[in-house]
Amino acid sequence: MMKRFLIALAFLLPAAVMAAPYSGPLDKADIDQSDKASLQRGAQIYMNFCLACHSMQYQRYSRTFDDLGIPADLGEEFLQFTGTPGSHKFSAIDREASAEWFGLAPPDLTMVARVRGADWLYTYFRSFYEDDSRPFGVNNEVFENVGMPHVLQELQGIPRKTYERRMVDGEMREVYVGIKSDGSGSLSEDEFDQAMLDLTNFLVYTGEPMILERQRMGMFVIGFLLVLLILSILLKKEYWRDVK
Amino acid sequence: MSFMNWIDKRIPFSNTMKLHVTEYPAPKNFNFWYLMGSLAIVVLVNQIVTGIWLTMNYNPSAEGAFASIEYIMRDVEYGWLLRYMHSTGASAFFVVIYLHMFRGMMYGSYQKPRELLWIFGMLIFLVLMAEAFMGYLLPWGQMSYWGAQVIISLFSAIPVVGDELTTWIRGDYVISGATLNRFFALHVIALPLVIVILVFLHLIALHEVGSNNPEGVDNKKPKGTVKPEDQAQFKFHPRYTDKYDIVDAIPFHPYYTVKDIVGLVVFLILCSLVIFYAPTMGGFFLEPPNFEAADPMRTPEHIAPVWYFTPFYAILRAVPDKLLGVVAMGGAIVMLALLPWLDRSKARSIRYRSTLHKVNLTQFAISFVILGYLGAMPATDLYTLMARICTVLYFGFFIFLFLYSKNEKIKPLPERLLK
Repeated sequence: MMKRFLIALAFLLPAAVMAAPYSGPLDKADIDQSDKASLQRGAQIYMNFCLACHSMQYQRYSRTFDDLGIPADLGEEFLQFTGTPGSHKFSAIDREASAEWFGLAPPDLTMVARVRGADWLYTYFRSFYEDDSRPFGVNNEVFENVGMPHVLQELQGIPRKTYERRMVDGEMREVYVGIKSDGSGSLSEDEFDQAMLDLTNFLVYTGEPMILERQRMGMFVIGFLLVLLILSILLKKEYWRDVK
Repeated sequence: MSFMNWIDKRIPFSNTMKLHVTEYPAPKNFNFWYLMGSLAIVVLVNQIVTGIWLTMNYNPSAEGAFASIEYIMRDVEYGWLLRYMHSTGASAFFVVIYLHMFRGMMYGSYQKPRELLWIFGMLIFLVLMAEAFMGYLLPWGQMSYWGAQVIISLFSAIPVVGDELTTWIRGDYVISGATLNRFFALHVIALPLVIVILVFLHLIALHEVGSNNPEGVDNKKPKGTVKPEDQAQFKFHPRYTDKYDIVDAIPFHPYYTVKDIVGLVVFLILCSLVIFYAPTMGGFFLEPPNFEAADPMRTPEHIAPVWYFTPFYAILRAVPDKLLGVVAMGGAIVMLALLPWLDRSKARSIRYRSTLHKVNLTQFAISFVILGYLGAMPATDLYTLMARICTVLYFGFFIFLFLYSKNEKIKPLPERLLK
């Protein structure tokens, strides 16, 4: 069995597919890592709606508070539901039990933005739709047959695939126009989009919390090298005057 | 300098410096392509130094490896910088080495008397590939795991001993902590040591035969054949001047050291752009699935080796039979190593060779790049067909070269290196 599996691997791997990956268009996530208010709102959504099941086991609370400009006492009071300030963000859920409930333990999301990309996340969050054939009553356009419920229904309302009767090639047809909320959520459509942008922004941050630091340091390093480049060119010219 | 006298009476320091650095006669017409050797040494040092510091915080176990990388990225001071320097350095190493090898092919640097120099270089390339492959397993991400799974399983294509051999390499029936531990040992101790020794031998062999140059003609003439005023007006080590009259040469230091520093700074700027602004290089230097911990139960949607292996991977996939595919992949490297004997031309440099050779070398370079692209893509029908064509062209380069080079019509070679 193992051998057959490995042989199949060597030949078919490039084509091996678990589930057909989504290849449709993604909405552009216009995020800004220096927008601390957005990151704070994103953190708030994550801690309240996601962390219960999805751990962030590589990201510390204290680091998050420092980087996002959240005073430690406020952070501990409103954003930290488990552990000490220095601890990593573990979820409250039991991994083995949750694997039985959902078919798969909810994955850790510290670096999900580095795996999927910001645009994918932003589109995914806004692509849940009502589907009675699924165990949790929802499906997702970007992640087909996703194993999780629509935990943000409280914010978005119930999203439904909507169709309109339109004139196409001279005849009236039902045309799919996208996902629309029934309006029962606490946020309007624009507010929900903004909230998802904030959440995406926060996940990009947790994927690489040093992102601003590295970009800032890069300017100094490259600036230094540019000065060194001028000096090294002058030095080379000076020496090479002897070479005829 | 009584201190230097004291040293030199006990170890030949000054003499060695003169012989290999300050009084080594380097042809004065080196161009851009001759920078790559120096850069390769700088990258090697970068890999060793950043590697040592990464090792201090890395945990080589299946349970702890992935988390320890994130620990380095988040909790170790400047750990992210060390890691990005190391990962970018790995790719930069191959960029530099591929350009270095292509330089050798353009200017015929492998031809007599530099065969052994070329062979040492090919050995470095081989060990470097093993080093990079083993290093890529260490982060223990999805692509680390499944990439290693695919490559190691190739050994099972070998008749009779294949399966046993594969198990022996892995130290287990699947890639596991045992594999990770041995790869770690080989990656941080065994292979770097071999690379350093081979680089040393590569340099010793280079200085024994002397550097080639873009003209491909020797700058060492038989003793007594060149008038003193036509000889290079610099002091060179007697080791070189006792046997030869040196023309058109300059001492390696200070001339090429100050020249290489300019190239080095430009190179560092390019590397810095990657390290600080695009550390994953759009998924080519660090692949997205590798930010997920290895999961033996779940195969990624698409497994592709890192970009520097993709030309050879494409050749492997282009051949319908697994064993023959592995043979073709190995053969692709063996052909390169055989170049000194396949190329029988009287001229070294492409500047004096036939149009046929120029076309042949150009198609080789293009085929290699296309193979690199195809190896990173899923194998569709069209891509497989293209990979087969390019594989034929890749091997065709060597076969054609062998056939036409003996009686190749070349331009008259110059006596001296042109300015």
